Amino acid sequence: MSLLELQGIAKSFGAIQALQGVDLTVSAGEAVGLMGDNGAGKSTLMKIVAGNFPPTAGAIRIDGREVHFTKPIDARENGIEIVYQDLALCDNLTAAANVFLGRERKRRLGPLRYLDHKAMFRRAGELFTELKSETRPRDLVRQMSGGQRQAVAIARTRLSDPKLVLMDEPTAAISVRQVAEVLALIERLKETSHAVVLVSHRMPDVFAVCDRVAVLRRGRKVSDKAIGDTSPEEVTGLITGAIEQA
Amino acid sequence: MNDTGPKSHAEIDESVTQKQELSGLQAAIRTQPFWVLISIVAIGIVMSFVSDVFMTERNLFNITRNFAFFGIMALGMSAVICTAGIDLSVGSLMGLTGIVAGLVMQAGYGIGWGFLACMSAAALVGLVNGVLIAYLRMAPFVVTLGMLAMARSIAMVVSNNKMIYNFGPDQDLFEWIGGESVLGVPNPVWVLIILTCVFWWVWRFSTWGRWVIAIGGNAQAAKLSGIPVERIVVSVYVISSLCAGLAAFLMVGWFGSVTNALGLTYELNVIAASVIGGANLMGGVVYAVGAPIGAALMELIRNSLLLAGIDALWQQFFVGLFLILAVLLEQIRNRRRN
Repeated sequence: MSLLELQGIAKSFGAIQALQGVDLTVSAGEAVGLMGDNGAGKSTLMKIVAGNFPPTAGAIRIDGREVHFTKPIDARENGIEIVYQDLALCDNLTAAANVFLGRERKRRLGPLRYLDHKAMFRRAGELFTELKSETRPRDLVRQMSGGQRQAVAIARTRLSDPKLVLMDEPTAAISVRQVAEVLALIERLKETSHAVVLVSHRMPDVFAVCDRVAVLRRGRKVSDKAIGDTSPEEVTGLITGAIEQA
Repeated sequence: MNDTGPKSHAEIDESVTQKQELSGLQAAIRTQPFWVLISIVAIGIVMSFVSDVFMTERNLFNITRNFAFFGIMALGMSAVICTAGIDLSVGSLMGLTGIVAGLVMQAGYGIGWGFLACMSAAALVGLVNGVLIAYLRMAPFVVTLGMLAMARSIAMVVSNNKMIYNFGPDQDLFEWIGGESVLGVPNPVWVLIILTCVFWWVWRFSTWGRWVIAIGGNAQAAKLSGIPVERIVVSVYVISSLCAGLAAFLMVGWFGSVTNALGLTYELNVIAASVIGGANLMGGVVYAVGAPIGAALMELIRNSLLLAGIDALWQQFFVGLFLILAVLLEQIRNRRRN
């Protein structure tokens, strides 16, 4: 049984058909690359799985159970965490505050509940260490490098020990060294039997860490192959439409 | 590889990682309220030489009481500004809530009912502001500007344009709360001190405070993290209105009378106090101590000019000057930081 199963997902915005009948499965410990040109429907598909909006048609199943998401929290409660392309971090807060944003640790003193800064700093520090990132929990995100910001966004997904992590273009805007760090982070997620969906434009990244690659073109899935059975050349052809289907 | 550049990414990452964490004092020095406090002390020292009256207990009593009302409102205003909003209706709201409190007590009800009516009117206005801004996504400037006109107008209508000076059975208690002092400190100043402590705790230790700051930093990110952004924004405007209502209640008690002109143009002073105290109109920055410190500086300028024998007509000029300097200082510090 697959961890995530999408069946016949369709989404239309008015007259525009963004997605038409897309099927996709992801298993635990597996990384699936999702590729396609701009406007192919990658982001729309991710947003549906992340609960930003519901699909027009089709079913989402998690561990074989059908789920309906209306807001991002629904997806989170079902073990899906998302790293957004713009990382969705608050620059004016510390790394730890961002990791715990929306699910702060609290202590209780009589009727009073207050933020447990110590526990949050400690836990965030542990998460950064696990990710082998040099990010410090007390630093403001504003002062951080691209790789460190990425680590904060990824550390946030590990708070709840999710089943599936969606990553939208995590390597788009960072340096070469930092890309290597992020790819290492994805490997670590796989080792701990998390499922990863990697949306990316960068062919080398997908071929470096993914077990399977699915290609979307104009809202349809045109290919879904194990990495070993395909090649960057074939995927490029599928993305551009030079190869119709594979 | 990129590592051949003048400064490699590894080096940049290294320099970022090397930045030391700040100790408490170092962190304090980097905040605006700290520098405003320094200038308050400086002005105080200069004034103690310029005028014999300045350091007298009477004068300090007056200064602190005068800025307490603005400080209380600035605490609420800082919360609004932290969400990158603005509340222009607080001055008019003072007029409305002051009149409401006066009318209820004039009708023979006790001070408890007067206070309740005052705060309910404030909460209602804040709720309307907040709902229009958070759910209908209207610009805070426009909504609260409209409310500025409407609240003042309603104050005029319900007061029938008459002054109220009879506050019913609890008149003495009412006037004591606003006008008298405990242990030599005016009661409104006690209220300001307590509220400042409460807000300090709220900004540092409450989830609500953390979420308000997060919304100011990146509302979209806050939303995606599951923070109920709309509800929090509404609550912020309600808080600001409640602070204005409380200030009005105290001020009317001090004056011993109320007209519908209470709080006219105060919104500008309150916003100025918040900004001087370190609130950033772009949102995401808030200091509890900033509100009283900003309000104190403004009152100090007024008092100093008065005692130094400078024409009172200059007062607004200097308040404006300090406002601009405060924002300029913030800009310069930000530029250096980046």
